[in-house]
Amino acid sequence: MNEKEDRLQRLTAVRPRLVSFALMHLRDRSQAEDAVQEAMMSAIEKSENFAGRSGYETWVFGILKYKILDAMRVQKRHGRWQPLEDEGDDDAIDRQFQRDGRWQEDARPSRWGEPEATFENEHFWKVFDACMIALPENAARVFSLRELMGLSTADICHELDIKENNCWVILHRARLRLRACIEKGWLKEDTA
Amino acid sequence: MMMCKEATRLMSLRQDRPLTFQERLSLRLHLSMCSACRECDRQFTLLHEAGRRYHPEHDDAEQGDDGH
Repeated sequence: MNEKEDRLQRLTAVRPRLVSFALMHLRDRSQAEDAVQEAMMSAIEKSENFAGRSGYETWVFGILKYKILDAMRVQKRHGRWQPLEDEGDDDAIDRQFQRDGRWQEDARPSRWGEPEATFENEHFWKVFDACMIALPENAARVFSLRELMGLSTADICHELDIKENNCWVILHRARLRLRACIEKGWLKEDTA
Repeated sequence: MMMCKEATRLMSLRQDRPLTFQERLSLRLHLSMCSACRECDRQFTLLHEAGRRYHPEHDDAEQGDDGH
């Protein structure tokens, strides 16, 4: 009884983070909410499969990952994505570098401070979320699968049916965009 | 000589697969001379770590101090 209530409470508490995680991958609020709903339902239904208390959120999160991958497959099958093979020029990246490949003066990376302090700062995470949402859709998808879900690029290629080289190009661009966006939003606010 | 743009490609790549000996060598050489790229390299590593921290379990583990 008590344990059941405790788990329901923990599910409710973690729900907003699950939704924002799903949103990063699916880029569609109602589909993200659906995936989270399904994950929560199966967490409740299969709660006897869970052993131990400390990693409950992690366990639910693991279920959500599968739901997200399913939903992504459906999205892709229904042609809801722009072609992933499109490797055209990327203005946003080119703006960070001069013609000869050096950094543009106003794009040179600055120091962000110690990682631990950064991760403890709530504002950093707000900026991180906002910058993830601002990424082009395919860049956000591949980056999320790689860095948030921890899939290997080989798995991502298999999942999305693209070449690994393509994956690396997309990730390189996503990281450059993210770093520029975060630096703008994070350091500015920090010194204000 | 490798330029910054190409160096960032290798910095990104090494978050995803081990670099070859040649790649490691040219990246190391570039980083030893370019402070902006050293910062970029730190940022890519931090982004990688941030992705892992996005997980609710970390939130859970770190809550004690400020309690929300």
